[in-house]
Amino acid sequence: MSLVNFTAREITCKIVYYGPGRSGKTTNLQYVYGRVPEERRGRMVSLATQTDRTLFFDFLPLELGTISGFTTKFQLYTVPGQSYYNATRKLVLQGADGVVFVADSQARRFDDNLESLQNLQDNLLAQGVDIRQLPVVFQYNKQDLPHDLILSHEEMDDALNFRAVQSFAADALRGGGVFETLRGISEIVLKRLAAGSQVA
Amino acid sequence: MTVTLNPLYRFETFVVGAANRLAVTAAKAVAESPGTVYNPLFVYARPGLGKTHLLMGIGHAARAINPRLVVEYLTLDEFIEAFHAAIAAGHGAAYRQRFLDVDLLLVDDVQFLTHRREMQAELLRLTDALQAANRQIVLTSDRPPAEIEALDDRLIRRFAGGLVIDVAAPDYETRVAILRRKADERRAVFADGVLDAVAALEIDNVRELLGALNRVIASQSVQDAPLTPAQVKQLFGTGSGPVDEPAARDQEPATLDEFGDFLSEIAATVSQQVDTWRTKVGAAILRWEGEGFRTNRLEELLERELVTDPESAIARFEADVARLRALQAEAAELTPDLAGSAAFRDPGDVAAAEAALQRAREGTHPPPAPSPLWKMEDLVESGANRMALEAARSITLAPGVRYNPLVLVGAGGVGKTHLLHAIGNALSAAGGPVACLSAPEFTSELIEAIDRDAVKAWRARYRRASAFLLDDVHLAAETDRTQDELFVLFNAFAESGRQMVFTSAVPLASLDRLEARLRTRLEGGLVVALPAPDSDIRERVIARDLVARLGAPDPALATYLASRPADSVRAAQGLVQRVLATAEEREIPPSAALAREVLEGLAPVAPAPAKRAPRSSGIVAPTAGGARSREKMIWEWPDVGDRIVEEWR
Repeated sequence: MSLVNFTAREITCKIVYYGPGRSGKTTNLQYVYGRVPEERRGRMVSLATQTDRTLFFDFLPLELGTISGFTTKFQLYTVPGQSYYNATRKLVLQGADGVVFVADSQARRFDDNLESLQNLQDNLLAQGVDIRQLPVVFQYNKQDLPHDLILSHEEMDDALNFRAVQSFAADALRGGGVFETLRGISEIVLKRLAAGSQVA
Repeated sequence: MTVTLNPLYRFETFVVGAANRLAVTAAKAVAESPGTVYNPLFVYARPGLGKTHLLMGIGHAARAINPRLVVEYLTLDEFIEAFHAAIAAGHGAAYRQRFLDVDLLLVDDVQFLTHRREMQAELLRLTDALQAANRQIVLTSDRPPAEIEALDDRLIRRFAGGLVIDVAAPDYETRVAILRRKADERRAVFADGVLDAVAALEIDNVRELLGALNRVIASQSVQDAPLTPAQVKQLFGTGSGPVDEPAARDQEPATLDEFGDFLSEIAATVSQQVDTWRTKVGAAILRWEGEGFRTNRLEELLERELVTDPESAIARFEADVARLRALQAEAAELTPDLAGSAAFRDPGDVAAAEAALQRAREGTHPPPAPSPLWKMEDLVESGANRMALEAARSITLAPGVRYNPLVLVGAGGVGKTHLLHAIGNALSAAGGPVACLSAPEFTSELIEAIDRDAVKAWRARYRRASAFLLDDVHLAAETDRTQDELFVLFNAFAESGRQMVFTSAVPLASLDRLEARLRTRLEGGLVVALPAPDSDIRERVIARDLVARLGAPDPALATYLASRPADSVRAAQGLVQRVLATAEEREIPPSAALAREVLEGLAPVAPAPAKRAPRSSGIVAPTAGGARSREKMIWEWPDVGDRIVEEWR
């Protein structure tokens, strides 16, 4: 997709929250949704099961207004974390400008995180995208849980963050780290404008 | 090292108010005539009041008036750094010379001279030298010279000897004007009273004032409704009471902060990234301005709200610069004076550069043209010269087609030069510059071109000609380089089918010293002999001359003069001249009798001689013995001037 459309004078960023099931991707979007002034947010589309599991995907459009003469829009997506929804994840990933990998900090979800990260790499590769070329940040969610249940920020980095990209500790339920993460990925995505790789 | 002038810091972008009017006036005066008024000019002001802007404004304005002016701007730190580097490298003299070559030296922040004795001494020396050479120096500082700690008294006196002037903090109205201009530049639109509210803040530093404006712009960008003056006061903590803030009305403060902060940072990032084109264009401006090219075209880009493809715009600009350089190189070859011409410094007007080059090509020195005095219709045709005239008419009808080259061979005075120039004039009338000159002139021009190292330009003059006519080619036989050049020129004209005509007083076969490659080429065209004029030609030429001079024909005189021996038309015309001159001197009408007396030395005859004197060969036996031709003898020269005229004739 075109990140910057000079003709229409529009900037559109598609950011996908990726990660294992129940890691807190939808919670991130819900928190953002709750803090965005009504006139700036679109309708959050969420298709969930009866047990609040994301069935298809969540979609939150954000209208950031006119910045430097450009109508700036962010589109935040989540993918269904369960492994059997891979086709949907591939679909949502298409045209992503940046990915937030929301990892579950609980030690017992260690393998799920790794598996999901591997799945992200595979799905991107299937679309011809090298994960090393795509803006990615890590969010280690649930850092508010008791320390004996979770891995620390550093441990999570050691386990997942091989390329030493930006990473954020978060408590998405209460909003801790949510906007920091969004800001982090947004800036990386926007700074790619300078390279012009996605400029139309 | 030396900083290039910031293209945005010009007088046009400097807001003038009561606090800085005097300084701006002085600065403009200095820019208009560097070295003549207020030298040195010392401007001091607290930080953020526009010293650097003013300093660079002087540089821009001075350079706009005189693009050749050498302007150097640098901060004192750079001045010191350059000094230390030069001393370390053992190039102290070169360092001094570098600044002595500057016409306008702009030194910023000289307050840092404090306790730097060696730099003070250096600056003192430089100031004296620049002043002595009528070169301008402008300095800025954050305090007056006397307040710069431990500053050499001599420097203080030098500065005071020019003009020391301060820039005060802007008043309210100036602040409003500055804010309006900057808001316009940023294309930010505010509600009435907002900028006035910002100006009313206790900010007397322009830099901080612009910081406040940035804050207002950022605040307005994160809310949909325009800011109100009350909100501005609230923003800067100067307002009181409840503020009508639409964006905050429906939001919890904490919520607004979290999203607002996010939005502010995103706005900053977007602005920074989207506006990278400004950075690129700005860098290009600095580069090309530094190389002496006019950058108006790029500066106009900066005034736009958006440039979607700065790279292409810069690439087009650079292509024009490359074109200008090529044009300039060619022009400089043609006319070395054009090497530094301003016509080749404006990529926005390549057409002007092309026109300048075209003028250079056409030349301030076009190739020598045929003399307009000699025309084809003035030639007297007879059996002797018919072939030559027919050939001449043929080549004027179809230049370069039938007889190329045409070579006219004949003794001096038979009319070769006349015919050559007549052909030249006919060809000129057909269009295109015709080069027509003699071989000695050709050689002389070549020597001059070699002397000026402008042989290429010289060649180019001839190669542009539509025809090449060379008189007395036999005189080139003694030359080397001329023959080389003629050979090359011959081939160029032959290849392009342009007409060439040569004359020679010597048959080509006898020109031993003419290189075979050239001689054979001449022989390859049509070689026509022009014999000495027969009596028929002589009589017709003389009759025509007499009609021209006397206004009426005199057949008797013409017949007599034609009967006199003359091996050339020129000689026959000389007879006419002599008779007419004598008649004029004696104030009597010219007649055959007078001619006889003049040319044969016979005593004046009665008005109507009973017996016509027998025809004489002109050879008479002088009383002193020995045979002499009286017609060839010089009896009396009135003065030197006349003699020169006679020789010339």
